[in-house]
Amino acid sequence: MELKIIVTAKQVPDTHNISGQAMKEDGTVNRAALPAIFNPEDLNALEMAISLKERFDAQVTVVCMGPPRAADILRESLYRGADRVVLVTDRAFAGADTLATSYTLAQAVKKVGGADLVLCGRQAIDGDTAQVGPQLAEKVPMNQITYVEEVVNIQKRRITLRRSLGRSSEVLEAGLPLLLTVTASANQPRSFGAKYLMKFKKAKTRIEVEEAVKAATPGENYAADWVTSEVDKKCAELSAKGLLIETWTAADLKCTPESIGLAGSPTKVKKIENVVLAARDIKKIAPTEAAIKEFMQELIQEKTFV
Amino acid sequence: MSKKKPTPKKAVKAVKKTKTVAPKLKGSTVIESKNDVLIYIETEHNEVAPVSIELVSKARDIADQLGVKVCAVAIGKAQAKYAPALFAYGCDIFYTVEDSRLSFYETLPFAKALVKVIKTTKPQIVLFGATSIGRDLAPRVASELKVGLTADCTDLAIGNHEDPKTKKVYEKILYQIRPAFGGNIVATIVSPEHRPQMATVREGVMKLAAPDKKRKGKVVKFKVDFSSKDFIVKMIKRVVGSRKVNLTGANIIVSGGAGVGSRENFKLIFELAKTIGGTVGASRAAVDSGLIEHDHQVGQTGTTVRPKLYIACGISGAIQHRAGMEHSSKIIAINSDPDAPMLKIAHYAIVGDLKEVIPMMIKAYKSKG
Repeated sequence: MELKIIVTAKQVPDTHNISGQAMKEDGTVNRAALPAIFNPEDLNALEMAISLKERFDAQVTVVCMGPPRAADILRESLYRGADRVVLVTDRAFAGADTLATSYTLAQAVKKVGGADLVLCGRQAIDGDTAQVGPQLAEKVPMNQITYVEEVVNIQKRRITLRRSLGRSSEVLEAGLPLLLTVTASANQPRSFGAKYLMKFKKAKTRIEVEEAVKAATPGENYAADWVTSEVDKKCAELSAKGLLIETWTAADLKCTPESIGLAGSPTKVKKIENVVLAARDIKKIAPTEAAIKEFMQELIQEKTFV
Repeated sequence: MSKKKPTPKKAVKAVKKTKTVAPKLKGSTVIESKNDVLIYIETEHNEVAPVSIELVSKARDIADQLGVKVCAVAIGKAQAKYAPALFAYGCDIFYTVEDSRLSFYETLPFAKALVKVIKTTKPQIVLFGATSIGRDLAPRVASELKVGLTADCTDLAIGNHEDPKTKKVYEKILYQIRPAFGGNIVATIVSPEHRPQMATVREGVMKLAAPDKKRKGKVVKFKVDFSSKDFIVKMIKRVVGSRKVNLTGANIIVSGGAGVGSRENFKLIFELAKTIGGTVGASRAAVDSGLIEHDHQVGQTGTTVRPKLYIACGISGAIQHRAGMEHSSKIIAINSDPDAPMLKIAHYAIVGDLKEVIPMMIKAYKSKG
C-alpha cells in the first residue's frame, strides 16, 4: 500500500534568531535584516513524511503557498527526498489570514487529489497562530490530531500516534485520512541528501525560468513573443527531466475570489505597535573573576539571596 | 435632472444601510450585536482550567461594557457540577453538553457540539483559553462558521473601529491584542464584519475579579445528537505528568536559553540555582531544542513569574520570554552577544561566556556564603 502524504510548508522570516544586527536603534526589529527560512516545524512535518516513506512506502508532495521566492524551500524539500513539490502563488492570495490561507491550501490539497495523511507544522514562527492546520482539516474536510510527536504505526488504514501536550502525553488511534500537526520535538530534520542535491539543484518554477531568460538577454529590446516561446521551450526541457516546479494560481485552483486574499480574510489588522525595550539603568559587570566577586558580594549585602 | 435624482439616491442609501450588516464572505454567519459573550470552559482532569475562569472574569467586564450576558459552555460527561464556580466569577448562563462518550477531548464531537451551541445561541464574542485544546478546537469551529479567529491574545478590549477605506464605523467591537512576528510587534486585530468574533487567550494574562459565592446563574442543558461516526479516535494511553517545578512561587530563578547550548552545559544552570537557593527556569528556545523539559519554561506560553531575582543565562530575550519575567525585582543577564535584547532590560548586564561566568559566580558565592 502506498500512502499519499501531503506536507504543507511556509517560508518565514527567521524571527527566532533575532541577533543584535536585526535590532534597530530605537529597539524595534529591522525585518528586512531577517533571512527567509523554511518554517522550522514544517521541516519537522517533512521529516516525519520522509521517514514514513522509508517505513511504509509513500508518495510525498510538498505544497507551499507564498511569493515566487518561496520556491527556495520547495527545492530544499526535494533535496530532502520529497517526490513532488507545488508552489501555490498568486498576487490575489496576498493579505490572507488563516481562514483564507486554509481555504487556498484546501483547494490545493483537492487538486493534488487528496491524501491519506496531511502533515503540517504545528505553527509558523512569524504568526505563531497554530490555526492553519486545524482550519485546513475542516476545509478539506478530514479529521485532525494536533501536537503529534510520533507515528507509532500504520496498519490497515488505522494510525497509532503519540501527541505531546506539555504536561501530558496521549497515545491515540484513528482512521485515515487524517491531518496531523507536528511539533518541534517530533524529530531532528535531516540535512540535504547529496544525490538529491545533484539531481534537483536546477529545479525551477516557470517564474524563475522567465527571470533567467530575461536576465540572459542583453538590453530590454526583446519581443514578448520571443520570451514566451523561449520560456516555453526551457520549461518543456525542465519538465522532461522532472525539474519543473509546478506553480498553481488562484485560477488553477478554481478559487472563488471572495474566499482568498484580503477579501477572504475576516480578521483585519487595526494597529501594529513595535515593541520597544524599556530603557533601564543598566549596570555593566565585566566577566572577570574580580568583578564577579565584587558583584556577588554586593548582592549578598543587599540580601538578594535570602 | 436635479429633481429626479434625490429619490433614487435615498433609496440607494437605504439599501446600503441594511446591506452593511450583510456577510461579505459567502455563507458566513453574521449576527446582530446585543448578543451575549460565550466562553468555552475546559474541564479536563475533573476541574475547570484556570484560564477558563480567568476568561469568565474578563467576559464579565466586556459584557458589562456591551450591556449583555456572560454565557459559558462546557462539553463532556458530567458538567453541571462546575456551575457554582463559573457563576461566582460572573457567568449568567451555563450551557452543558453531556454524553457518556465524551470522556476525553476529541476534535470532531467537541467541534460539532460547539458549532451547534454557537449557531443556536448566536453570541457576538466567543473566547477560548489558548491551551492545546483551545488551539485545536477554536480554529476548527471558526473555519466551519467562516469567521475570524485571533490566536494567543494577551489583552482584549471593546472599542470602535473605522474602516480605513470605506470609513464605515463599527461600534463596540472586540479588540484582539496579541504579540506577533516572534513577539517583536504587538498587533490589534479586529473582525468587524463577522459574528461571532473569536479569540483564544493565553493563560495568566487576565486578572481575576473577586468571586461572589452568592451570585446565581442558570444551567441550561443543551442536546446534541451524536452518532457513532463522531467518535472515531480511540484513546490508548494517557500519561499526565505532575507539575514538578514550582516557578510561580520561587524567590530566585536561574533561567537558561538556547545560548546554553547543550544539556551538559545546562548542569551549570542547575548548579548555580542549587548554590544560591533558586529554581531552574528556561526559555522556549531552550525547551524547543530539547535542552530541558517544558515544566521549566518561563514566558507567555509557559509560566509568568515575578521573583526577587531572575538570572537569565544565554537567553536572547524574545518578547514572549520578557513578558513572562520582566516584573522580576532584579534581573541579571549573562550573554555573549552584546546586542542581545535581554541585556537591555536587565539591571545587571554581564557580556561574556556563561561557561566561564557561572563558575565564577558559584565560586564567589561559596567563598562569601
